[in-house]
Amino acid sequence: MQRVGVFICWCGTNISSTVNIDEVVAAVKNMPGVVYSKDYQYMCSEVGQNLVKDAIKEHNLTRVVVAACSPRMHESTFRKAAKAAGLNPYLLEIANIREHCSWVHKDKKAATQKAISLTKAAVAKAILNQPLIPGEVGVEQRALVIGGGIAGIQTALDIADAGYEVDLVEKTPSIGGKMAQLDKTFPTLDCSACILTPKMVDASMHDKINIYSYSEVEEVNGFVGNFEVVIKQKARSIDMEKCTGCGICLAKCPAKTALSEFEEGLSKRAAIYTPFPQAVPNVPVIDRETCTKFRTGKCGVCAKVCPTGAIDYEQKDERLNQKYGAIIVTTGYDLINLDSFGEYQYADHPDVITGLEFERLVNAAGPTAGKLVRPSDKKKPKKVVFIQCVGSRDKSERGKSYCSKICCMYTAKHAMLLRDKYPDCEAYVFYIDVRTAGKGFEEFQRRAVENYGVNYIKGMVGKIFPTGDKLKVNGVDALSGEVLEIDADMVVLASATQAKPGASDVGRMLSISTDRDNFFTEAHPKLRPVETHCAGIYLAGACQGPKDIPETVAQASAAAAKAIGILSKSKLVNNPCVSQVDESVCSGCLACTKMCPYEAITEKMVEQKVHGKIRRRRVAEVNAALCQGCGGCTVTCRPGAIDLKGFSNKQILAEVDAICQ
Amino acid sequence: MSVIANNAAVKNAQAFEPLIVAFCCNWCSYAGADLAGTSRLNYPANIKIIRVPCSCRVNANFVLRAFQRGADGVIIAGCHPGDCHYMTGNYYTRRRFSLLKNLLAYVGIEEARFKVDWISASEGNKFADVMNGVLEKVHKLGPNRKLRDSRWRR
Amino acid sequence: MVSREKITPDMAKKEVVRICEISDENIVDCMQCGKCTAGCPAVHGMDILPHQVIRLLQLGQIDQLLQSEAIWSCAACFTCASRCPRAVDISKIMEALRLTLVRVKGNNRLDIEKVPKLLDKNIPQQAIVSGFRKYVK
Repeated sequence: MQRVGVFICWCGTNISSTVNIDEVVAAVKNMPGVVYSKDYQYMCSEVGQNLVKDAIKEHNLTRVVVAACSPRMHESTFRKAAKAAGLNPYLLEIANIREHCSWVHKDKKAATQKAISLTKAAVAKAILNQPLIPGEVGVEQRALVIGGGIAGIQTALDIADAGYEVDLVEKTPSIGGKMAQLDKTFPTLDCSACILTPKMVDASMHDKINIYSYSEVEEVNGFVGNFEVVIKQKARSIDMEKCTGCGICLAKCPAKTALSEFEEGLSKRAAIYTPFPQAVPNVPVIDRETCTKFRTGKCGVCAKVCPTGAIDYEQKDERLNQKYGAIIVTTGYDLINLDSFGEYQYADHPDVITGLEFERLVNAAGPTAGKLVRPSDKKKPKKVVFIQCVGSRDKSERGKSYCSKICCMYTAKHAMLLRDKYPDCEAYVFYIDVRTAGKGFEEFQRRAVENYGVNYIKGMVGKIFPTGDKLKVNGVDALSGEVLEIDADMVVLASATQAKPGASDVGRMLSISTDRDNFFTEAHPKLRPVETHCAGIYLAGACQGPKDIPETVAQASAAAAKAIGILSKSKLVNNPCVSQVDESVCSGCLACTKMCPYEAITEKMVEQKVHGKIRRRRVAEVNAALCQGCGGCTVTCRPGAIDLKGFSNKQILAEVDAICQ
Repeated sequence: MSVIANNAAVKNAQAFEPLIVAFCCNWCSYAGADLAGTSRLNYPANIKIIRVPCSCRVNANFVLRAFQRGADGVIIAGCHPGDCHYMTGNYYTRRRFSLLKNLLAYVGIEEARFKVDWISASEGNKFADVMNGVLEKVHKLGPNRKLRDSRWRR
Repeated sequence: MVSREKITPDMAKKEVVRICEISDENIVDCMQCGKCTAGCPAVHGMDILPHQVIRLLQLGQIDQLLQSEAIWSCAACFTCASRCPRAVDISKIMEALRLTLVRVKGNNRLDIEKVPKLLDKNIPQQAIVSGFRKYVK
């Protein structure tokens, strides 16, 4: 007979305000097997944990049930406590009477009854718990960073500085990401390239960092400590070893028709190109769709002019198989498509631009060499209207319901840059609310109003009418109720940010979840902001939610610290809740091997004595290091030979019975 | 006569407190239930959750046992198809329980008593909605008497 | 003179709830960006602007709305509804406000007898029909 101890937590008033603790204590006392029950205000506190530890020793408890918050919250805390008291941690069971009971019910009587029922189920299960001992697996002491923006660069640098090898995979020809496109950064107005490019160079020069640019992660298998990844290196058509980055090919290429992605389509680029002059690696790529050689077979100018013979038209996509201990996802963000916002004329008028296009227009290395002019006629604008929240905080199907977070600040920055360049040019900002929560942010935005004379108007623009060479902006000042009409020369839209369109595919590949807006979800919104629910996979930057640069960098370093935590261990403990096969029952049909998503079940021959003769028989065998404990095989198994440790058939049926009592 | 019988039925229905067993996968639906808790959403106390690692861990036996022991409804909740923590587990759930649905219909268990749904860790609202939805339907159907083992009293 | 009346915001007011029910719109969603007003083609005839209409509803100031000219100036062109970032269809709310007035006995906005005098030869028939729908029970 097991000796069960039940510990019931008040959680301050979180549980005790809707659940009558005394009644629960009284009810569980009479359960068969329960020899001890105790309630305390904060069971997770040190005093509470000591109550558990002392009771285990004093009352010789062989099973422990803690009725408290969700096991996702404190299961590990109490397991550690049980372990410290000499009990196998897997003999402890949690009854979730906070998230699943006291917080969702108002009726005290019903909630108390439910708490009793849940605790009884946990006791019934705990009695059937078996001591489990986790196995160990080795750790591949290398990390993979997916995405080479500022988040990826920072993560890679931090991990590499700690002495571990890092592979940085970037989809485009160069690392740098969105930050490389920016002109100045708020709130200090330091030049984005000046602070980013040294980091890019650091990453490329670091002997522990290996950059795979123009590459994509194609397949991810395995688990924490032992991820198996397939990286596709897209055919660059250039031999990276031979290329010196002299740039002659870029200048000589006759096919200069493609719109530059880096310049947001504001200028043209050659078919052989590096996205920008400071690109890392400084090796061009041939865009096979626009290249004349690839389209018609005639041209080959680049091959002729290349002094080192680095051009290779025959190059093919390559696939590399790599192993990693940890993965950090830093895939970043995109701006939404503005085609459905017809009233702003973005698709129809060249002088209506996005914030990112404005960044390129004011950038000294941009398409106009820093001269801010209208894209249509290259004239200097005299009146510029900025519209915020274009698609952000938008509940209709055109936009995104969340706040994009960075627009208030970058719009203030744009207006200041504009007034700085052209003091005679008027700037109008239409806003719904100005949100400047951040160090130095409020002061920055006020400076735009007070020192730079930017006109902030609370209200929105209804429609933009292109009239002559002007853009007639119909807006409203919602505070005074004045309807405004502004003859603008240029309109800048602060379009909403969104997760990368391929984010959900990446999430699926990595088995990490995305929220309804396709941003990756962290394991806990407050306490585990860089982890995912998949052990060994971490998040940093705007792929997790809209973020500015300081936050992104902070999160990147945090993710690096988490990854280093894994990489610094030579061994990791396994989840011991894995499947096991009862060989005497197994019929050897191997249906389980086909079901297992981890290929953790293989066949094995066993010798068995039947009527005095030794017979060889085929059975299934579970590799405990590979099994992740989903338990799918237990249901697939026809003779019922497989059971899942920690969630056995008997345990779950005991829970069902206890609940239905 | 019939009026009196009807009245009795109405009275019974008012006193009837259904019991619903919900099997929730650890990674999505159990977390969704936790989120419903942290968001203080309300759903009735008649729903009791059993944690399983993945919805594919749920054996049809568990469902049948719940009905046998007197549960009035059973819910199985997992990650959305394609989002399974174990990559493909919920696809098996989907197939297995579309078969069980037919079996339950065959033995006379009303369709509304058994539901398989997908609730992600971020869908606390959906969790509460699904629970309320099933409960409401089961409430209308009244107690489960078909599969119930009469020796087992609740 | 500015009067200083005591206003307690009251969205749960019976009349406000009724307007929300008739229109099936959620006025809480509005965050007063003014995009409806900015794009409204009939705004110049309005004493209360479209976004202010919702604000007054949020404050429970329904009497002021029912006396306003604005609700009759609304042409129900749905420009506001098509652009609202919060998916609040103000044209439906305007219609609900008109209905609450018109549905009261003897409270037609337009006297049918006077209609022929108001008619313009160039007015399309559809306009007359929708005019009747809007102004008369």
